[in-house]
Amino acid sequence: MSDASLPLAPAPAMAAGGRRHLPFWLGAVAVAVLLFVALRAIGNDYGYFAGYFILQYVVLATAWNILGGYAGYVNFGAAGFMAAGAYTAIALRKATGLDLLPGIVAAAAVGALLGLGTGYLTLRLRGVYFSIATLCLAVVLQTLVVNWDYVGGSRGAYIVRPREVAPFTSYGEYLFLVMLVLAVLAVGIARTVEVTRLGRGLQAIRDNERAAEAVGVPTLRLKLIATALCGALMAVAGAPLPYYSGYLNPDGAFSLAYAVNAIAMPLIGGAGTWAGPVIGAVLLGSLQQAATVTISSALNLWIVGWMLVIFVAVAPRGILGWFRKRR
Amino acid sequence: MDGDLVLLLNGIVSGLLLGGLYAAAAAGLAVSFGMLDIVNIAHPALMVAGGFLVVLVGTALGLDPLLVSVLLAVPFYFLGVAVYTFYHHFFERRGDEALQGLAFFFGVMFIIEVGLVMSFGPEQHFLDPPYAFITWRLGEIDIPLRMLAPALLAMAAIGALWLFLRRSFTGLAISAVAQDAEALRLMAVDPVRIKRLAFGLSVALAAIAGGALVVVQPVEPSSGQVFIGRVFAICIMGGMGSLSGCVLAAFVFGVVENVTATFYGPSWSPAVAFGWLLLVLAVRPQGLFGKAA
Repeated sequence: MSDASLPLAPAPAMAAGGRRHLPFWLGAVAVAVLLFVALRAIGNDYGYFAGYFILQYVVLATAWNILGGYAGYVNFGAAGFMAAGAYTAIALRKATGLDLLPGIVAAAAVGALLGLGTGYLTLRLRGVYFSIATLCLAVVLQTLVVNWDYVGGSRGAYIVRPREVAPFTSYGEYLFLVMLVLAVLAVGIARTVEVTRLGRGLQAIRDNERAAEAVGVPTLRLKLIATALCGALMAVAGAPLPYYSGYLNPDGAFSLAYAVNAIAMPLIGGAGTWAGPVIGAVLLGSLQQAATVTISSALNLWIVGWMLVIFVAVAPRGILGWFRKRR
Repeated sequence: MDGDLVLLLNGIVSGLLLGGLYAAAAAGLAVSFGMLDIVNIAHPALMVAGGFLVVLVGTALGLDPLLVSVLLAVPFYFLGVAVYTFYHHFFERRGDEALQGLAFFFGVMFIIEVGLVMSFGPEQHFLDPPYAFITWRLGEIDIPLRMLAPALLAMAAIGALWLFLRRSFTGLAISAVAQDAEALRLMAVDPVRIKRLAFGLSVALAAIAGGALVVVQPVEPSSGQVFIGRVFAICIMGGMGSLSGCVLAAFVFGVVENVTATFYGPSWSPAVAFGWLLLVLAVRPQGLFGKAA
């Protein structure tokens, strides 16, 4: 294994990345502001609706990438984490009347704990056991929610969303802005992870876990941090979902679409880089948003499944890797 | 006899019969995941696809579902060979099993499930053979043939596979490839060919498990999801590559799940599977019957 992937080795990219923090944040905020202004100029509520749809996948794909892309541990339970966030928001609102923003914070805590718990039990073993556990986690959480009458059980729960929030023209606009901020934060967090010691350690784990352990990388601790972060961000992506749709049932919250997109998007965009999931999410998200208008949603998802299989086989480094090879 | 005791006895017996179905579902995985180290998470989806094809063919030709599933095992063998050839060429050879290979099987699982929804609709499909409505009674204990026939077929199929692995040269080579592929190469046996064959067999078992599933309960495209937790839990509990351990674990699992369902309601049974899986992974990852890893 090369020196560059060891966290102990002097890492020039780390220092350089550190210095480039400010331009990144400025750039990200500028893109976000531009996006918001452009959509506001168009002034169509469908724009916000579609924008939210894509941005939630940016958060979800970025979250998956923190564990899957950097550390190489595959989390199949994106739908479970996302639904955990959504139902946390519903339960919190029902219990205390607190609405969206506290709901997001609570969802982050629940998602982090869920990730930590699953990780703690399975991450000491080979990676596949963690993957299998997350695969089942979604099924079990769905069982719990279906049996939990407080949040509506299998009938689902309604959330009466306010018509508008003070300075915004519509609630859709408000939700879009919330998701936009979350997406910028998520990508920023992922990028920070990537260029700091945490990311270097995770990459060392991906390349050779035993060697990483041998040179003193605290592998279990790093993996647990990454799992908690990944779970928290996935739950955050789901927290505004009941407000977005106004109604949520277990079938909708645990939709297969989230599980497959969370994996397909980073892998197609290019896993292991902060930009990869963004590219994948924007690309696949817009395609699906455009396609739901024209073709059935099942066929839509089927195409995503095929794209995933074809991409991992033919372009295992995703779109970004494709460009890198050409250069 | 006491009512609760009768209920418990019946729960245990039908749990054992259910364990037969689980053994059929998990045995294929014991070969692919346990022996070949191929994490085929699409296995339950393949089983459900097999179930759907059994319903389709059985209804069209008026044949018994279990018979159809045995016939279907042949094309499924070749399907497995094709899947392994693809998997080996793109992932195993490059050393990309961990991330890309896993994502590949997830994609396959997804394609199968959504494909089934698109071609058959999301609702349940069933094909009941005439004996499905007969129940033998031994004193207070019910033995429904609906459960017994699939369990017997499963035992027969696993028994045949066990004999094949123990007695034939190819079978021994499959067991050997699990331990040391390089040594196999020194014996002038191509490990890739052996693995292709073994993976084909594991998918053929998925077809038989699909037929067994159709007799036990109606199938729907999402049936596979509940089975993922079950079959992996059983496979790990049974000590991965061991067929006898797998069957034993399947019986234990069937009984525990069925007794839970009898006393707490069937809607909790998926949670039982997951609880077991986590418990096994946390406490005894080498399996209940396996030796220390």
